[in-house]
Amino acid sequence: MDRPLSHSSFLPPLFSSAPHPLSPPHSVPHPSAAPSVNAAERPARWSPYQDNGGTVVALAGRDYAIVAADTRFSVSFSIPTREFTKITQLTDRVVLASAGMGADRQYLHKMLHTRLAMYRHQHQRDMSLPAAAQMLSNTLYSRRFFPIYAFNVLGGIDSATGEGFVYGYDAIGSHEQLKVVCSGSGQAIVQPVLDQQFSGRQRYSVPDAERAPSLTLEQATALVRDAFASATERDIHTGDALEMWQITAAGVRQTRYELRKD
Amino acid sequence: MLRNQYDTDITTFSPQGRIHQIEYASEAVKQGSAVVGARSGTHAVLACVKRSVSDLASHQRKIFELDTHVGVAVSGIIADARVLSKFMRNECLQHRFAYESAVPVGRLVRHVADYCQRCTQRASKRPFGVGLLVAGVDELGPHLFETCPSGDEYELWAMALGARSQSAKTYLERHLEEVKQAKRDELIRLALAALRETFAAVRDAELTEHNCMVAVVGIEEPFRVYEDAQVAGFLEAIRPAPEPEGGSATGAPSASEERMEDTS
Amino acid sequence: MHTTEPIVTGASVLGIQCVDGVVLGCDTLASYGSLARFQRVRRIVQPGADWVLGGGGEYSDLQEVARLLETMVTREYCQEDGVVRAPRAVHRYLARVMYQRRSRLDPLFNSLVLAGRGRFLGVVDMYGTAFESHVVATGFGSLLALPLLRKAWRPDMRMEEGAACVEHCLRVLFYRDCRALSSVQLARVPAEGAIEVSEPYELGELQWHVAQTVA
Repeated sequence: MDRPLSHSSFLPPLFSSAPHPLSPPHSVPHPSAAPSVNAAERPARWSPYQDNGGTVVALAGRDYAIVAADTRFSVSFSIPTREFTKITQLTDRVVLASAGMGADRQYLHKMLHTRLAMYRHQHQRDMSLPAAAQMLSNTLYSRRFFPIYAFNVLGGIDSATGEGFVYGYDAIGSHEQLKVVCSGSGQAIVQPVLDQQFSGRQRYSVPDAERAPSLTLEQATALVRDAFASATERDIHTGDALEMWQITAAGVRQTRYELRKD
Repeated sequence: MLRNQYDTDITTFSPQGRIHQIEYASEAVKQGSAVVGARSGTHAVLACVKRSVSDLASHQRKIFELDTHVGVAVSGIIADARVLSKFMRNECLQHRFAYESAVPVGRLVRHVADYCQRCTQRASKRPFGVGLLVAGVDELGPHLFETCPSGDEYELWAMALGARSQSAKTYLERHLEEVKQAKRDELIRLALAALRETFAAVRDAELTEHNCMVAVVGIEEPFRVYEDAQVAGFLEAIRPAPEPEGGSATGAPSASEERMEDTS
Repeated sequence: MHTTEPIVTGASVLGIQCVDGVVLGCDTLASYGSLARFQRVRRIVQPGADWVLGGGGEYSDLQEVARLLETMVTREYCQEDGVVRAPRAVHRYLARVMYQRRSRLDPLFNSLVLAGRGRFLGVVDMYGTAFESHVVATGFGSLLALPLLRKAWRPDMRMEEGAACVEHCLRVLFYRDCRALSSVQLARVPAEGAIEVSEPYELGELQWHVAQTVA
């Protein structure tokens, strides 16, 4: 896979000798020209946000839900680690995956686990899927004016009926219940394929009523693997390994598949 | 207790150097139903008698999980205990948030004891009328602590609080060596046997699955509460054993001042 | 006062996890812009008995972090209960500190590497991102040294080998990174036993005769 590389227009400021726009004229070279922690990533003005990329997928069938994410952690063009999980298990029936900024999602996951523990203490049981979904929304919205830069997908099964559902979110808590959703850097690549394959849109031979989840767990698993393999081909922020959590009435099962590491 | 000249507020010492309000708070601890705690080299166990205010009411729970590695049994004013439990649960969660690890049991107890102590030094406050037995496990192994309304805390091998707890204490003192060596189920048996001692002087009362609760925590075993049908098995283990006097334990010091008859 | 840009900066920190411990390495330069201002600073500190901290980025912020951790260690010691904070817990705590500061828009401008007993090796950046890894390189090292470390790393690697590998990477950085120096410091953190942080020393046998052939 040798592709010609001509990304001079993407070259990070590290390679340009232009002085910092805010730095005063100085006889001594101003320190702002120094490579700092990682000058390649340091924008003109410091931003509290960072996009660490990654793709997350959740989809649900009649009796299962799948939550999947890659494990790459990237900072612009470099990969500080290939093993950075984006997934956290909230309860026996609910699993969350978050793309976006690594630090923010670690914070978010911790916050959620804390609130879940409080709920367990108070109610002597685990939160249901809709409750966890609403709590995630509330947690995100509590930082409405300094958003948590995390793009979440939540998947789980209904504790009463056993039916799978997933929820998709934006960074400030808007959410909807769905059957299939994808977020993160590979969203544009993965989401349309999942829509077509999973929801059966554009398959006009299938009547509306029968378009609902028709995939088996095995089929859905294979679909997710292919989706991630495809995203890895074209999205530089997705890759390394795929973590997949399958949630059924029998419990939660975690599997891992390798992805391309280039 | 007689009315006293120096007991109207918490910040006044009596000429004998006592703070009566704290002592009264300790009386409240003695009025709660009995709780027992014991720990060995591998496990810590809590057991309690649940009291029911009437036949129409349910039994009041007295053992609370604080975190996966620690729990508490309380005796005294349960409403006060809930405040302290909430405080300790918060401590556990904050520690997990900051360090992603379980709070050391001793630190947790020190914290809650300091919190209790603060209520003994301000005129506008009232001491917590509750005693706690905290059982937990951390990297140093299993622990059992007692805290008092005064803010004192002690680490112990075994302890009993609440109504008629002296007989349970005596039992535990006699079996201290067994407690120290006990394996998990043996430790539960000893704790329940000690708890049963508190019923010895009461007619028509016995330990049943409805009025008792057990909790266990061990190295590699998360804190777990057993109640109702779940304790039936444990109760079965102590049933046929009419306690042979003395047992194998001898090294334990026995209570000197207080004797069994002082429990009412 | 909010740090919006670093003034006096340290460059890369490298770390590698071996079967018998962890090796940490960095040079001893604190630059003032392109000026090699302070040439014998210690960027590896050991506030606790069980772990060491290496840091790049703003040097004053690194000292602040070190002070913070020393305070934490002293407080713990004063509890007199024999409990010692595990390296992993310290790492997570650091992540909270860094995250909190970035959320106040007053970041500590550092990339921190924590190496501890029990083969612990973890990174925290100025945003509060924390992760553990077999090999670690911050700053310019994430571009130049990380691929070398990843290639060299084996699960059965021993510390002598790891130290040689880190030293090699420091050499590469000195050749290629204008803000790196040939004076370096290594820390050896065995899984058990005493931690050893070396004095600053010079990388030997540097070869510049090929320089003219390199573009």
